[in-house]
Amino acid sequence: MNLTLRVWRQAGPKAPGRMVEYKAADISPEASFLEMMDVVNETLTLRGDEPIAFDHDCREGICGMCSMMINGVAHGPNRGTATCQLHMRSFEDGALIYIEPWRVRAFPVVKDLCVDRSALDRIVAAGGFITAATGGAQDANSVLVSKADADLAMDAAACIGCGACAAACPNGSASLFTGAKISHLGQLPQGQPERYRRALAMVEQHDAEGFGGCTLHGECQLACPKEISIDTIARMHRDFLVGAATTREERSGSGVG
Amino acid sequence: MELRARVPEGPIEQKWDSHRFEMKLVNPANKRKYTIIVVGTGLAGGSAAATLAELGYNVKCFCFQDSPRRAHSIAAQGGINAAKNYQNDGDSIYRLFYDTVKGGDFRSREANVYRLAQISVNIIDQCVAQGVPFAREYGGLLANRSFGGAQVSRTFYARGQTGQQLLLGAYQALERQIGKGMVQMYPRTEMLDLVVIDGVARGIVTRNLVTGAIESHAADAVILGSGGYGNVFYLSTNAKGSNATAIWRAYKRGAAFANPCFTQIHPTCIPKSGEYQSKLTLMSESLRNDGRVWVPLKKGDTRSPDTIPAEERDYFLERRYPSFGNLVPRDVASRAAKSICDEGRGVGTTGLGVYLDFASAIERVGEATIRERYGNLFEMYQRITDENPYKVPMRIYPAVHYTMGGLWVDYNLMSTIPGLHVIGEANFSDHGANRLGASALMQGLADGYFIVTNTIADYLATAKLPPVDTSRGEFRDAEAHVAARTKRFLAAKGTRTVDSFHRELGNLMWEYCGMSRTAEGLQTALEKIPKLREEFWRDVNVPGSADTLNQALEKAGRVADFFELAELMCLDALERRESCGGHFREEYRTPDGEALRDDEHFAYVAAWEYAGDGARPVLNKEPLTFDYVHLAQRSYK
Repeated sequence: MNLTLRVWRQAGPKAPGRMVEYKAADISPEASFLEMMDVVNETLTLRGDEPIAFDHDCREGICGMCSMMINGVAHGPNRGTATCQLHMRSFEDGALIYIEPWRVRAFPVVKDLCVDRSALDRIVAAGGFITAATGGAQDANSVLVSKADADLAMDAAACIGCGACAAACPNGSASLFTGAKISHLGQLPQGQPERYRRALAMVEQHDAEGFGGCTLHGECQLACPKEISIDTIARMHRDFLVGAATTREERSGSGVG
Repeated sequence: MELRARVPEGPIEQKWDSHRFEMKLVNPANKRKYTIIVVGTGLAGGSAAATLAELGYNVKCFCFQDSPRRAHSIAAQGGINAAKNYQNDGDSIYRLFYDTVKGGDFRSREANVYRLAQISVNIIDQCVAQGVPFAREYGGLLANRSFGGAQVSRTFYARGQTGQQLLLGAYQALERQIGKGMVQMYPRTEMLDLVVIDGVARGIVTRNLVTGAIESHAADAVILGSGGYGNVFYLSTNAKGSNATAIWRAYKRGAAFANPCFTQIHPTCIPKSGEYQSKLTLMSESLRNDGRVWVPLKKGDTRSPDTIPAEERDYFLERRYPSFGNLVPRDVASRAAKSICDEGRGVGTTGLGVYLDFASAIERVGEATIRERYGNLFEMYQRITDENPYKVPMRIYPAVHYTMGGLWVDYNLMSTIPGLHVIGEANFSDHGANRLGASALMQGLADGYFIVTNTIADYLATAKLPPVDTSRGEFRDAEAHVAARTKRFLAAKGTRTVDSFHRELGNLMWEYCGMSRTAEGLQTALEKIPKLREEFWRDVNVPGSADTLNQALEKAGRVADFFELAELMCLDALERRESCGGHFREEYRTPDGEALRDDEHFAYVAAWEYAGDGARPVLNKEPLTFDYVHLAQRSYK
């Protein structure tokens, strides 16, 4: 296959960026999209140009590192597929392909197609966990979890934290990411004690990072490589509301004696 | 070099308990006075960093990815073993211990393996408490599946994403500590040197991958959880970024490297399709629970698999190993597939593949059940190959997957450099010459949550460390060394890309130090690798500059280290004149082609000591004794 690429090049966070055209020649339709990018980078290197920086690691669709807008669609044309699992057979020979980084205010560009997604980590740090310090756990089978609940929790937990939801959202909202974590932990019995304060803290951090609000466009679930449902966003809103209405001032933990 | 394993006295069941009592503690008020560096945020590093911070230590944690959640542990699919015996099928701590020692072909340290089996039960408890969504039965209890090398069902799983879910548990615990200010996290930062002061590990030198800044970090102890070195083969199932640089730099500062030739070739990977291929994708071993492995009986049979009648198929694993069948350990399954393909009975366009067929399982339990068990794996297979495994058998071939070798550690998981601890795949400790499926996750979390977090207190309480800071000359020297190396890569301005060298090195290693090895082949590799390495330094082309994100420069540093490590692997493989586990020397095999160990001469850990560039490394031996699991030839027949 022979393709024409128009790729976003940007030297650094503060540098101006622009689209640059490259040819990708003799690409096997069996190659993955990132392998096509490897071939282009090899050619660029050999002719003395700087290769295109892009994030990737596992190339199995699970680490969440790869992140490309391909023809304006986060992770490209195939449903439920991360960029690294997209293969060239999904494109026509001779195609023109536009490749850009995630474009979200909360994800500043680091270089070319790489963006800084540390905002997602900070949302988790704010409350996306169950407090369970190592060592104190009871026997695993003493907590019963119905299969239906475990499956729903697993559906939400499958999020790979790639940020495609925010990139696809016209509002630049990471509600699907945040909702998925809130739904994963909030659906399990172990997650109940912190359920509402978790939702409050994570949503607050989400907003503080500069992500937009959810107005139910639904673009996120179409872009999500793990096909996480926007039901998780409804759950997030519900837990947030309940939390906002019922949260009491936390009392000091120290007692007398 | 003296190898002191520090295995506690007493019966094996009591060693860890009595050791925990014997060890010195650091009192809670003093913990905050210590700083500990953790390199890597996979299951081992992430769980260690989180737990140490929970205990009250100051932790500085480093990873090269953009977030600690992305470490390669995330890619583990099938599951994690634990001796819970929830299935009432005869499992016990002792049986998990026994299976692991036997599965490792008697090249691991018994006391470490026993402790691993003991701790396995706590890991599952801990992970459930954190909210890891393990698979459940309708009654709400945890579900189990079976895995290779065992006759009990002791594997816990979360769909085909067990590694991801366990890592998210550790990552969330880590993020909690980052939020509380107990852990300082350095993402997109790579460790490029270890700093040893007065014989003790006191810090690291790193490169900020975004700005290029070379920085020093001082600490009271350093923990490496930086993973394995399978990418020395270029094509492997490891993530593209997985590398040996942290452990290799530590080796060159005095940490012994144990059993470097012990690599695991995983039997069920998607075969290679072309020269552009950048990595191989694993299909979980759990598929062998329901998939049957076969090839056509006749050579050169190119009929479509569904038209080949049952009597013209060779279910070679079931035929050769009737009692374990398709669930033989990985090394055995891989070699069997290779020998079938060497006979010319392989399938697919390259002839390097065998079928993994689900037709009889689908007939037995229905397509819906198979979809429930393996749906995401089947989808992944279809996405990559464009074939539907519900209709057509999968084609699979072995690929490099895991490295049992790693830095030598004692019972406390401390290397030969005091203060340098090594955990997870980066150490050599528990899997001997072959790792059983679903045991890597177990070991990573055992080391990180429960072992190093206890043993490090004993080190800190007894080491009497003077305060040091990064103004010391040793830090300056290491920084200068790192900067000079970086400059050298950029100055070469040669004609070949880093990847082209890496691919060539990988081909050499696969050919001569892969699934089967010979003295002659290894000697050839030992002649070719230094030549290629010399060419690399002379003719590599690393574009761009050092003061920005430069992925070619990152790769160059890693590949330079792979070149040196590759040589050590070949040397170790040559020196080990026996076959054991994943190390198969063609000269040493039983009449029916199985691995032939030589316990009289090779029942030891080979711990290699760096002796200077160009000098032959020194081989130190830690003898292995087997007081509980008696030495026997492994049989899965």
